[in-house]
Amino acid sequence: MKLAKTLLASAVIAGGLMGSVFAQDKVTIGVSVPAADHGWTGGVNYFAQQAITRLSTTYPNVEFVFASAPDAPKQIADIEDMVSTRGIDALVILPGDPDAMTSAIKQVKDGGKFVTVVDRQLSIDGVEDLYVAGDNPGLGANAAAYIKEQLPEGGNIVILRGLPIPIDQQRFDGFMSGIEGSNIKVLDDEFANWNRDDGFKVMQDFLTRFPDIKAVWTQDDDISLGAIEAIKQAGREGEMFIVGGAGMQQILQAVADGSALTPVDVSYSPAMIATAIELTTSHLVGGIHVDGRYILDSTLITKDNAAEFLDPASPF
Amino acid sequence: MSVSAPDIPAKPKRGFRLDLKTVGPLLALALLVLLGISLNENFLSYNNLTNVLARSSFIGIIAIGATFVITAGGLDLSVGSMAAVIAGVMIMVMNWLIPTMGIGWGVVIAGMATGILLGGVAGVFNGTMITRGRIEAFIVTLGTMGIFRSLVTFLADGGTLSLNFQVADVYRPVYYAGLLGVPWPIIVFALVAIGGEVVMRYTAFGRYCAAIGSNEQVARYSSINVDNVRLMTYILQGVLVGVAVLLYVPRLGSASSTTGVLWELEAIAGVIIGGTTLKGGYGRIWGTVVGVVILGLIGNILNLQSLISPYLNGAFQGVIIILAVLLQRGRKNA
Repeated sequence: MKLAKTLLASAVIAGGLMGSVFAQDKVTIGVSVPAADHGWTGGVNYFAQQAITRLSTTYPNVEFVFASAPDAPKQIADIEDMVSTRGIDALVILPGDPDAMTSAIKQVKDGGKFVTVVDRQLSIDGVEDLYVAGDNPGLGANAAAYIKEQLPEGGNIVILRGLPIPIDQQRFDGFMSGIEGSNIKVLDDEFANWNRDDGFKVMQDFLTRFPDIKAVWTQDDDISLGAIEAIKQAGREGEMFIVGGAGMQQILQAVADGSALTPVDVSYSPAMIATAIELTTSHLVGGIHVDGRYILDSTLITKDNAAEFLDPASPF
Repeated sequence: MSVSAPDIPAKPKRGFRLDLKTVGPLLALALLVLLGISLNENFLSYNNLTNVLARSSFIGIIAIGATFVITAGGLDLSVGSMAAVIAGVMIMVMNWLIPTMGIGWGVVIAGMATGILLGGVAGVFNGTMITRGRIEAFIVTLGTMGIFRSLVTFLADGGTLSLNFQVADVYRPVYYAGLLGVPWPIIVFALVAIGGEVVMRYTAFGRYCAAIGSNEQVARYSSINVDNVRLMTYILQGVLVGVAVLLYVPRLGSASSTTGVLWELEAIAGVIIGGTTLKGGYGRIWGTVVGVVILGLIGNILNLQSLISPYLNGAFQGVIIILAVLLQRGRKNA
């Protein structure tokens, strides 16, 4: 047993050394994302791995180190390991909790690596070389504009929010300023944690509490799927419509089919991680200059343009 | 597990003084109901009450299994992840059987059988590692909690496993329909609770659980087969997780890595609120039912009001849980 352990330990050390020897001729890019704890992060993991497979074939001299972490301490440990044992030249990171990770990411940057931050803004400006994200205030504003257009006379609506983190606040603020001045009344908002089961529960209780609801803004398609079941159970699908967000295939299909309950969706694609990995790779390999902020639009998806967003291969 | 003095329930006091240990959970429930009524006139509506009870039934059925495990001095942290992986495999099996069996109850029944069987197998694994492998229950089930959670993420490829829509339509009534207006999940929850109460109080198995939990050595000397009884509690827990999942899958027809997150803590909290002691030796099934309903009502009441900021939901929940247990323990040493 002891021998086995020693052998194993030596193998690990040897492996580590070999890794750094091989890394000399190569460009190594670290990719760190949060674990697939809901549909959207599941999509992030899928699109990241897909981009890595594709780019590894295109650029044989680029090596990717991929890690997915359930929480901030593990994600910090991941990027420390990437720097110290895998010798990365660049880091593409979607920080699970951006505030907790800012100083760790700054250390990578101070070590002279190229840093790309995806989706979530760090708490200090100017750490990252490249920032790739969706438009969170835009996601709220587009949903608000659609609801305002559908309810010109105004009406009662409810909001199912995500988790209490900055993204959610940006979306919420974008939405609230979007409906400002209209007769739309927000009866209440509750957190549904970007989760189907919580979407179901919160919507069930909203339905119990409010006899008159004209529209529901869930800002996320996982929440929408739970809310849809609750509305169907109550038999009130004729009274209201839902505006979600993110562009999950199941909802997009319903939009394309002209569903009355989910007539539209607002895009916020987890594929943004692939865009970030590609931009970073072309910068390191192709010498193409990239820096600054790349904001992907949060487009309103309707029956007319839903086909452009449908992708049967996507798990999200 | 523990060799300290057994925690025998306090004898009811004579005269008119209420025995808080017995009435405590009911008192907390009554207070919550009053709070609910005062906050919203729809609180007592039939629809709201059936919504809450049906939602609580998954945790409730799991918590009844947990009552046996905890009474026998054990612990099972893996139930939430187990539920997720069972739901995932059930969905995959049903989707896979459609080409051979066609759309219909046949597929659904095969799926249900898979769920129960998987639960039993998971229970056998947990129980065997604990009783034959001599590893602490906390460690074994912490390990399987991680294993099951990763398995469901892996099976779903990081995304969501969805049941075929046509099969989902066949299966849907199992959550949404019922008998005489009472949804099936509530009926099953009630049957499991009555069965559990009978087993806990009137069978040798129930008494063995309490004996082992209160003093394992004495139980062993009394020629109780401690390992087998313990193993049985984990198998029972696994099977009941399977039963809970049978009712959960038709609700949304999907499973992902978020399915069943923290169910283990909710189940354990329900058990303890109901008056079962965490270190084992004394278990009360009806208390567990009350405990789980209290937890369900807390979530419901929070959604029915807008006085408390949604940021403080967790705090409200924590206060109620502590109060509910304080009500039954507070005077014990006074």
